[in-house]
Amino acid sequence: MNKTQNNKAWWLVVPVLVLVAFNAFIPLMTVVNYAFQETFGDNVFFWEGTTWFEQVLRSPRFHASLIRQLVFTGMILAIEVPLGIGVALTMPRKGPWVSVCLVLMALPLLIPWNVVGAMWNIFALPEIGLLGYTLNSIGIDYNFTNQPISAWLTTVVMDVWHWTSLIVLLCYAGLSSISDDYYQAAHIDGASRWAIFRYIQLPKMKRVLTIAILLRFMDSFMIYTEPFVLTGGGPGNTTTFLSIDLVKIALGQFDLGPAAAMSLIYFLMVLLICWAFYTIMMRNEEQ
Amino acid sequence: MARIRFRDVRHAYPPPKGQEPVYALNEINQVWEDGGAYALLGPSGCGKTTLLNIISGLLTPSEGEILFDGKEVTDLPTSARQIAQVFQFPVVYDTMSVFDNLAFPLRNRGMDEKLVQQRVEQIAEMLDLTDNLKKRASGLTADGKQKISLGRGLVRSDVNAILFDEPLTVIDPHLKWQLRSKLKELHQQVGVTMIYVTHDQVEALTFAEKVVVMYEGIVVQVGTPVELFNHPRHTFVGYFIGSPGMNVLPCSIDGGQPVFGKNLLNIESRIKGQLQGKLEVGIRPEFVEFSDDGIPVRIEKVEDLGRYQVLTLTHESEIIKMVMAEDQTVPSENPRIQFDPHHTKIYCDDWVVEEAVNE
Repeated sequence: MNKTQNNKAWWLVVPVLVLVAFNAFIPLMTVVNYAFQETFGDNVFFWEGTTWFEQVLRSPRFHASLIRQLVFTGMILAIEVPLGIGVALTMPRKGPWVSVCLVLMALPLLIPWNVVGAMWNIFALPEIGLLGYTLNSIGIDYNFTNQPISAWLTTVVMDVWHWTSLIVLLCYAGLSSISDDYYQAAHIDGASRWAIFRYIQLPKMKRVLTIAILLRFMDSFMIYTEPFVLTGGGPGNTTTFLSIDLVKIALGQFDLGPAAAMSLIYFLMVLLICWAFYTIMMRNEEQ
Repeated sequence: MARIRFRDVRHAYPPPKGQEPVYALNEINQVWEDGGAYALLGPSGCGKTTLLNIISGLLTPSEGEILFDGKEVTDLPTSARQIAQVFQFPVVYDTMSVFDNLAFPLRNRGMDEKLVQQRVEQIAEMLDLTDNLKKRASGLTADGKQKISLGRGLVRSDVNAILFDEPLTVIDPHLKWQLRSKLKELHQQVGVTMIYVTHDQVEALTFAEKVVVMYEGIVVQVGTPVELFNHPRHTFVGYFIGSPGMNVLPCSIDGGQPVFGKNLLNIESRIKGQLQGKLEVGIRPEFVEFSDDGIPVRIEKVEDLGRYQVLTLTHESEIIKMVMAEDQTVPSENPRIQFDPHHTKIYCDDWVVEEAVNE
């Protein structure tokens, strides 16, 4: 049978190309454009080479927010991943409670970011918020608006509240794919609870857990709305994470060049870490 | 090593709300002799797997007790019973090597690493897994994985019994034969009690010394393959074992002899007394033959299966199967058949009418 050659079909791809161009490629290229030039408005540009990049990479301000960002992401991953696995392990696998648990788990995920920020802001206010008021009335000096440690703890707890569910749900999906035979065989082999987790449950969860960690890493590394609404990056700069800092530079100070350079560095860091993590996980898989 | 005994064991799974429990096992009294090779044979849903899980302790029966060498173990957990079980789908620990898989039950019990090494190598040798010991278990084929499952049972020297739950379901046909003969060989070598669940009669009859036939939650007959073939105690055993299965035909009793249709049948001994219930006569297709006088039949179909032919006959509305040697010819006019009196059985409500009622 002869294959018909009809190159007109390529035209059908055009809408997608246009869409991708306008929502990804062109904005990204604009950023690249800004990153290497200086402008004073009126569409007049001067070539600056790598000046902005050098400036950002040497800036103590950037270092500070990067460190804050890394500490924050590290903390929430260190809490959310074990907690998520733990909750998933204790969830019922059969019976009427399954759907109740799933709905309860999904609830925080359905709330928009800025609403989460606003909720926690009010919840944690020392004078009127349930959390803030309770803590203060039992004798703990807590005020997230002026104590860096309180602000940090509130931000971390808020993120854990908002996103642990995602890890729980993904792990739960991994766990429910394990057939009863495995548990029965493990009982017969005399495996301890730890051995069951280590050799049956964890390996079966590995793929979904990889995805979960990747998602949580990316999301938390780019976190903006919730801390912006909760603390606005303060007190001082103590909760100014990379995105918040970036917006301050780009829109607050209108330094488009350094902001663009910082965006590119930021973007490459996320890409690099995700790639490295994924490659390592998948290489283990093949062995 | 132990003699396993079931005393009045019944089991019902928790029923849906507002319904009466249905017993998956109904009154099992059964002894599994130490070192025996048993097959548990029955259709899907007859309670085979339930029975197996009760032996291994994965399930606790609703009623009755289980004794290992006279000691009650009904409430003991799996780990305290020293039972190995191989499941329908192979279970391997994916992240471990074959060696670690085989060593897992021993290490869990805190065995000395030197002994573990020795024991695993010995078992790997028996199962032809020596070349694969260093490989990751997840890379093996289905039969290799099933061998690992089996090996994890064999590696423990203290097991009371090894239970198999349809272990060859996912194995390719040509490897099924190999694994089955391997199992038999291992049974002779190791001498541990093996209980093998299957719904495949060929598998059951080739593997086991004793076949336990189950039907709707009860054990209907225990016997050697020959006993099951020649003396089925229940009509179910009759048509479940043998290919094609036994002909079970409605009959009545007249003067101690069965009457099928309008034909008086000959049996070895007369039946005394009155029988209440559904009466049937059972005859295996192998013991039906053509004769000059007897039951007039119509020949509906002749299937040539190579070494023998299977005939489908009808008498009035009853279907009778018959097996005939390949060199015999089918009579062309007015075929009549008769049943071998030594192998004609009478069943009352599906149970054979015992010698006790005979003369």
